[in-house]
Amino acid sequence: MASQLFKKILVANRSEIAVRVMRGCKALGIPTVAVYSEADAHSKHRMIADQSVLIGPPSPRESYLNIERIISAARETGCDALHPGYGFLAENPLLPKACKEAGIVFIGPGADAMRLLGNKVESRVKMADAGVPLIPGMKGSSADIAQFEKAAESAGYPVIIKAAAGGGGKGMRIVREESQLADALAAARREAMNAFGDDTVYLEKYLSDPRHIEFQVLADHHGHCVHLFERECSIQRRHQTIIEETPSTALTDELRARMGADAVRVAQAAGYTNAGTVEFLLDKSGKYYFLEMNTRIQVEHPITEMVVGVDLVVEQIKVAAGLPLGDHLKKLSQRGHAIECRIYAEDGENNFMPSIGTIVHYSEPEGPGIRVDSGIMAGMDIGIHYDPIMAKLIVHAPDRSTAIAKMTDALEQYKILGVKTSRRFMIEVLNHPEFVAGRTYTSFIDDHMSARATGSDGHVALAAAVASAVAAAPVKVSSGGSRKSSVSPWESVGAWQIGDTIGE
Amino acid sequence: MFRIESKVDPSSSQFKENAKTNRSLHAEFKERLEKIKLGGPEKARQRHLERKKLLPRDRVAHLLDPNTPFLEVGAMAAYDMYDNDAPSAGIICGIGRVAGREVMVIANDATVKGGTYYPMTVLKHCRAQEVAETNNLPCVYLVDSGGVFLPLQSGVFPDKDHFGRIFYNEARMSAKRIPQIAVVLGSCTAGGAYLPAMSDECVIVRKQGTIFIGGPPLVKAATGEVVTAEDLGGADVHCRTSGVTDHYAQNDEHALQITRNIVENLIRPPKWDLEMSEPEEPYYDPEELYGVVSPDPRKPFDVREVIARIADGSRFHEFKELYGATLVTGFARIMGYPVGILGNNGVLFAESAQKGAHFVELCTQRKIPLIFLQNISGFIVGRKYEAGGIARDGAKMVHAVANAMLPKFTLVIGGSYGAGNYAMCGRGYFPRLLWMWPNSKICVMGGEQAADVLSQVKIEQLEREGHKLTPAEIEAIRRPVIEKYESESNAYYSGARLWDDGIIGMTDTRQALALGISMSLNAPIPDQQYGVFRM
Repeated sequence: MASQLFKKILVANRSEIAVRVMRGCKALGIPTVAVYSEADAHSKHRMIADQSVLIGPPSPRESYLNIERIISAARETGCDALHPGYGFLAENPLLPKACKEAGIVFIGPGADAMRLLGNKVESRVKMADAGVPLIPGMKGSSADIAQFEKAAESAGYPVIIKAAAGGGGKGMRIVREESQLADALAAARREAMNAFGDDTVYLEKYLSDPRHIEFQVLADHHGHCVHLFERECSIQRRHQTIIEETPSTALTDELRARMGADAVRVAQAAGYTNAGTVEFLLDKSGKYYFLEMNTRIQVEHPITEMVVGVDLVVEQIKVAAGLPLGDHLKKLSQRGHAIECRIYAEDGENNFMPSIGTIVHYSEPEGPGIRVDSGIMAGMDIGIHYDPIMAKLIVHAPDRSTAIAKMTDALEQYKILGVKTSRRFMIEVLNHPEFVAGRTYTSFIDDHMSARATGSDGHVALAAAVASAVAAAPVKVSSGGSRKSSVSPWESVGAWQIGDTIGE
Repeated sequence: MFRIESKVDPSSSQFKENAKTNRSLHAEFKERLEKIKLGGPEKARQRHLERKKLLPRDRVAHLLDPNTPFLEVGAMAAYDMYDNDAPSAGIICGIGRVAGREVMVIANDATVKGGTYYPMTVLKHCRAQEVAETNNLPCVYLVDSGGVFLPLQSGVFPDKDHFGRIFYNEARMSAKRIPQIAVVLGSCTAGGAYLPAMSDECVIVRKQGTIFIGGPPLVKAATGEVVTAEDLGGADVHCRTSGVTDHYAQNDEHALQITRNIVENLIRPPKWDLEMSEPEEPYYDPEELYGVVSPDPRKPFDVREVIARIADGSRFHEFKELYGATLVTGFARIMGYPVGILGNNGVLFAESAQKGAHFVELCTQRKIPLIFLQNISGFIVGRKYEAGGIARDGAKMVHAVANAMLPKFTLVIGGSYGAGNYAMCGRGYFPRLLWMWPNSKICVMGGEQAADVLSQVKIEQLEREGHKLTPAEIEAIRRPVIEKYESESNAYYSGARLWDDGIIGMTDTRQALALGISMSLNAPIPDQQYGVFRM
């Protein structure tokens, strides 16, 4: 019966999320189609899929961002649904629009809700009307500096200027006193223009040391909407979270219920369907403010799955197929504690600089309650073309302290040689007394980790060198048949000349 | 494969005595080799360096892949010849690896009489080209030579294997798709101009390399025109105007890097695929060779003890152990390569020669490279043996060895005398490479034996004339013969004249053999064809 939901699903993404989505499809018995660029010919997501289609050169613009090519790949392979994963085209309203025109079901929200929530200024106006608490600040944008001054005055300094179209810290400026406002405004506008082609900015109160709390929501096409509790994503480097957990240590049952209800209200106000995430900032006094809504499956969705016992991708597909939310989603509870660590190809010992190379050895941690969502395998090249996320490591345990211990063990077990990771760094964060105490907030890494002694992960570097030497051992060109290869004396003898072996 | 059980006692007095003599022979060899490697006189080297040129051995080192071996050919050439004015005959030749490919490097040493060609220089150049051609090795010529050494022109210019042959070889190899690359690091005058001109691709260094058919003095004498060497045939002329050279380099280092790039871009044909096993050090220490081998060619030693110290794991699969025991034959591995080994344990009898022919046939059939360990005083003589047809059986082995088209390597580990030299793949039988140990001897027969033969002839001649020689008179005939044979049979005399490809230390043997085998696999092993075996 399940297989009747869709004939075949195209996954318009790559790496770990593509693999994850395909697993969900497989759980429903639905065949999958992978798309891949020339750089991904040897990739895990391509191997997991039932079928794969080459969509272009490595440059994302010509492959994973090429709507026309992806839609035609779906048509060629007879797909009747498409899952966008996260990143790439996941929040581009043109994709659901193109799908609709091609008669393909887009597994995600409708184009209108996506467009509305993509615009921060517009969505704030909408949410204010719906009674969702917003950070004090401007209700909309303005060209007039006086408007900004007035808004700053009423919100109280410090304030922050943000780009309407923005994200990732671009076009953002913190202003601590009135005299800095004009300069900051000009700089933020210039930066926003460069980054997004749109210099619309707005102003709001700046919260110091807030926590980042988000709520998973799920809405069907029949007017039902539920939340699946929170995720705390406060551990961030470069405005991007690397460790997430649920439940949050900061929420009481009462607060959780209020925030959850507001998250559902946000989704409904936007006319949202499918899975989405409502983000809040929570300050020290327990006040929370709506930040934005992400209209896609999140990187950190597995921790919710672990604690709530729901397969979110499966639910996404069911909702897209027009099924109403099942009864199991109406009596949800949180069971135990889950933590996720993102495994990026980056140097945790050197300011998280991207690391590229070939994975010469790969082995995943194992044990009860350990889950690895990975998009890599030994022999794969980690290049410069795409987001450096390689895998996510998720643990589930009865309580938070056990989860921390289990994650520490899992990170120790995880062997990725050939590219650098932040494995060691994350172990230190997890075991930092402040983290253990649950006192997490968005500048945690800047405040607690910047003074840490960095250095090379000595034995890892050595192991990588050995593994890469083994992998690089020359294979003899064979003139026929398969033969045992061996090292040439031109390599094994070293810098020898006649007479060198004669001693004194 | 079974391991050879050594019967040698390293604490015996014989062992210690052998070791002492062999070690001193090796120390002498090393000292001579080191001196030769310095090149020309101190002053000439200094002048060379002042011109910001690299010494030839440093050029070779820059050319080769770092930390890889260099298997030199003919280092001892011209030793004790020409008043020792031409160390290594003024030219450095050898096989090395460039960008992962085995190549023949031929480098003039301008510190030796301006890099001019003595008779031995031209012989050595041609020998290196022969090795390259036989084994399909690209040639890299590092040219820095004033051409023919004029005082000895009659030994350099006119004959078949003289100067002109170098360019003939270049053309022939190029036609056989063996790349010819010249790097002009100094002068290439007159005939020498053809070396780069005949090459497939060539590099020249600005304000240092020159190429001309006639140099400035000749131009002035012939036409009255006054021109500098650079304007006549420098890098700018040849890279920009004449097109004689292809790549313009700033200095030696740059030129050698360009050369590496050239080799990197050659298409590498697949090497002959010989089934290899995991390389293994010998079980018995190769250093023990010093004590195992008798430095006196008249004193026998068991060649199995030598094999036990050069073969992988000291393992040897002996063939026909109980038959024709004066020739030891069998299979072994050298640094993983399969080899068939023939070694002498005495004079060759009819049975040993037949066994040798049989074993060579086995190896040619299976295409397993052959290694000859020569320690041979010759074939058995006497009425009984002649009547038994020793000449016919010896011919079988000589025939098999001569026609064996697979890679053959010969190492003289003791004596190499008489027709035994032929049966054991002497120089005339085209081994890919032939080496001598410092203790070894090569001669038509031993000095004593020659003195006996010559004095016997003289005695008989004089007796016919009615003279009877006194023992003192006989000694006066014998003595100079023994002395002459002694001096002409030592390894240096042979190495100087390129009867071999060099002297190697006993402990260098495994490296030299393995590199040699690897080198030989650049050429395919053809299917075997024999002529008529006399039965």
